[in-house]
Amino acid sequence: MRGHLPPIFTNATGFLPLLPLEVIARRLLSNAMAARPSFAARLGEYAGRTFAIDPVDCPFVFLIKPEGGRTDLKVVRRSVAQGYDARIAAPLVVLIGMIDGTYDGDALFFSRDLMIEGDTEAVLALRNAIENAELDPSTVLGLPKSLQGPVNRGTRMLFVQLRRLLDAPEETGPNSGAFA
Amino acid sequence: MTTPLELVCPAGTPAGLKTAVDAGAHSVYCGYRDETNARNFPGLNFDRAEMKEAVTYAHDHGTKILIALNTFMRAGSTDLWKRGVDDAVAAGADALILADVGLVEYARKAHPKQRLHLSVQAAAATPEAIAFYRDRFGIARVVLPRVLTVEEIARLTAHAAPCETEVFVFGGLCVMAEGRCMLSSYATGKSPNMTGVCSPPSHVSYREESDALVACVGGFTVERFERGEPAGYPTLCKGRFEAQGAVSHLFEDPVSLNAVELLPRLAEIGVTAFKIEGRQRGRAYISTVVRAFRKAIDAMAAGDKVDFDELRALTEGQRETTGAYKKAWR
Repeated sequence: MRGHLPPIFTNATGFLPLLPLEVIARRLLSNAMAARPSFAARLGEYAGRTFAIDPVDCPFVFLIKPEGGRTDLKVVRRSVAQGYDARIAAPLVVLIGMIDGTYDGDALFFSRDLMIEGDTEAVLALRNAIENAELDPSTVLGLPKSLQGPVNRGTRMLFVQLRRLLDAPEETGPNSGAFA
Repeated sequence: MTTPLELVCPAGTPAGLKTAVDAGAHSVYCGYRDETNARNFPGLNFDRAEMKEAVTYAHDHGTKILIALNTFMRAGSTDLWKRGVDDAVAAGADALILADVGLVEYARKAHPKQRLHLSVQAAAATPEAIAFYRDRFGIARVVLPRVLTVEEIARLTAHAAPCETEVFVFGGLCVMAEGRCMLSSYATGKSPNMTGVCSPPSHVSYREESDALVACVGGFTVERFERGEPAGYPTLCKGRFEAQGAVSHLFEDPVSLNAVELLPRLAEIGVTAFKIEGRQRGRAYISTVVRAFRKAIDAMAAGDKVDFDELRALTEGQRETTGAYKKAWR
């Protein structure tokens, strides 16, 4: 897998409490779900599954159950992560790149930059629902329209540099510069 | 070239469709979220309202919509497919892509003016078969199986006229005579022909084993990818097995089709449409591949050359083939 954060980050954050991260993550997920009400419908019967989103270069795992309007999210240490139906694992910047459409999930899987286990059907449903959601940073942050353009552009530039610095897989998404 | 070349692009979601249209697709193929189309995967495809919106968006941008209803009707329960045809026509589809001869008959009778294409799932690979569909039902275009050579395509295209031909030029490579393959049914009880899924994800599992990735379909282990080795989606036809003491891909490697170098020859022999596989793929794949092929088609018309190395990263197994087109295929 390419694009790992430096081990010093993992070591340094391993001691931090997870509650603040969980509060922030819940808020971001809530913003995304509110902005994309069709997300749960596209997930269909798989909305009731629990997904472990595992940033392998971080000392924690997100456990998400995106059921209807009462989405549940927990942040737990990797060593105690259990009770999930499917696990999607990759470095953090790669997982974020899948959410914003920078990366194609299949291509990441083919190149072994992404690992899945458990309920493959649920993973595919989640991947397809995320693809259709067309999430961008400003939507996830719940920002007003006037700030969306500058924030999305700024965040994009930041991640382009970060992915380059971390030697992450090459970007191929609709916003990539490959054919600009 | 007398007929303008058409780039036919995949879309599994409304967002994917928008991406394909924006990237320069001449036409986009997609299907309803049920058993009527051969990409019936979870979270994929369009409901009725989404399809109508998709048609409007595409038409506003000068792109055609081809709606695939390309599975085979269930005996005694054909309403789902017939309703799909009626709804696709009502939604304003530019063409329907059909495989079942009974559904073709229904569509022609119920909607005499609707343009109809014959899906690759119909496996029409002879002049006689194509002529039958063309003369009996007015099929306007046939999507040719991926098991033909360029010279075979040339002869078929000449015989098919005025019926147009469409060939796959990029994406996952089905190595079987589509519509007739029973391997998925054998392993899982489900197939692209009847339920719209080959190697259904409900029957696919992966596990890590001593640094290797082991992939199974319907309980059968079909592939073991060693550390660092590119992976693929497990299908029986692309599995790697041990037989008589030797380990090998019995049918074909999990490589992806990339016939970009053959575009000029395919255009020369009269092929009308170039199809990109991948309704199950993400927006990143669609935008990259569609832009690249649109650029190639435009460059070809202008007599320029285009570099296509960037397409390699998106291919299954990270390797490419020209498939049967050049007979380099085993």
